Amino acid sequence: MDTDWSVIVDFLPQLLAGARTTVYITITGLMGGLVLGTLAGLMRAYGGRVLNAVAFAYIEVIRGTPIVVQVMFLYFALPVLADLRIDPLGAAILAIVVNAGAYIAEIVRGAFLSIGKGLTEAGLAIGLPHWKVLVYIVGPLAFRRLIPPLGNQFIVSLKDTSLFIVIGVGELTRTGQEIMAANFRAVEIWTAVAIIYLIMTGTLSLILRTIEKRMRIL
Amino acid sequence: MSIIEFRNTSKHFGDLRVIDGVDLSIDAGEVVVLVGPSGSGKSTLLRCINGLESITSGDLVVDGLSVTGGSKQLREIRQEAGMVFQQFNLFPQLSALENVAFGPRKVRGLTAEKARDVARDLLEKVGLRDKAGHYPAELSGGQQQRVAIARALAVKPKVMLFDEPTSALDPELKQDVLNVMRALAEEGMTMVVVTHEMSFAKQVGTRLIFMEHGKIAVDGNPRQVIDTPPNDRMKDFLQHV
Repeated sequence: MDTDWSVIVDFLPQLLAGARTTVYITITGLMGGLVLGTLAGLMRAYGGRVLNAVAFAYIEVIRGTPIVVQVMFLYFALPVLADLRIDPLGAAILAIVVNAGAYIAEIVRGAFLSIGKGLTEAGLAIGLPHWKVLVYIVGPLAFRRLIPPLGNQFIVSLKDTSLFIVIGVGELTRTGQEIMAANFRAVEIWTAVAIIYLIMTGTLSLILRTIEKRMRIL
Repeated sequence: MSIIEFRNTSKHFGDLRVIDGVDLSIDAGEVVVLVGPSGSGKSTLLRCINGLESITSGDLVVDGLSVTGGSKQLREIRQEAGMVFQQFNLFPQLSALENVAFGPRKVRGLTAEKARDVARDLLEKVGLRDKAGHYPAELSGGQQQRVAIARALAVKPKVMLFDEPTSALDPELKQDVLNVMRALAEEGMTMVVVTHEMSFAKQVGTRLIFMEHGKIAVDGNPRQVIDTPPNDRMKDFLQHV
């Protein structure tokens, strides 16, 4: 078997463009997922019966179905059902928002509920409204406990973007696949793709570990 | 004129009547010590006063405001009735000074600078001025509880509620907390204290209430009722504390 690692150099600009798309989908998707997940998580933890049920249904549906099916649904079924057409990139981002949101919701719920009831009572007892107790006291404490599981979810979501190959988004895996189809350099290209993923997830881990170190878990 | 008034107040947890038709009127300046066996409803009675437990029936009026008057009114009551907990419940991410300044800043709306001044004065008062920058984890239990008292006082309440404030403390550390409470009583603060400290009840209390099965079984002068319990159940209870 002859390998020619120089092909990586030739295709590096293309691979990096794919990686850029991967990063873009991940970051925008996770920002939306954080908002949606926080909202759903707080609804689960503190919402009344109705809000709780809505959030519960959302989380169960998303966690119970594969992300590939979710993105297929967004891209192919939604136009038929609701006459709503979105481009592949939009569908990819939306899939991450909805999918990561469900997992983040459970992380947020767990972190908030792990903060002792006594602290909430202490905040209420000095005359704060409940929402202020959550914002000023429970929230900052819960946030510290969120970081490790959140980091895990970020890495999972980043890698999940590779599945969007099925709707033809030009992210890193898709780019690798296209180059491979043209020159059959499987070993070189997939090695390069794997290393680029490792660099991205490694960077993410490093950032999260730095944040975690700076904050004492209380 | 009474500052706390229970009017046929009941609190049920399902079928369990934790507070069973209590009538009780507490005047400004009284130091009421609540004692009783576990499950007798003394902590629940205390927690009803600032609405941490809702009442099931009857009424409970604190400084002219009913605890059933909605969440805004409840917040007003809580600003008038500060609470100290058995487990201190200090905010762990804030220093001692920030813990005490928190209420004045966020509840009373003082500027950060003024809130810190209030907090410094109160830490001085509880003997912890030099611990202002320490975090709760760096303080002993007794010190944490004194910070917690300062935190409750910082909101300028008219009444202080103490829920077994020394039960989680070593015997040696208890004394510092009890001394702070004694000083507070001497200043004329209205206090309701759930405790097993009978010497504190005798020396500082102006009134002792013994609860049993959600009802007030004995209500009298602490020295008198502790030295000559008017009720067999209370006599039995006192032998065990």
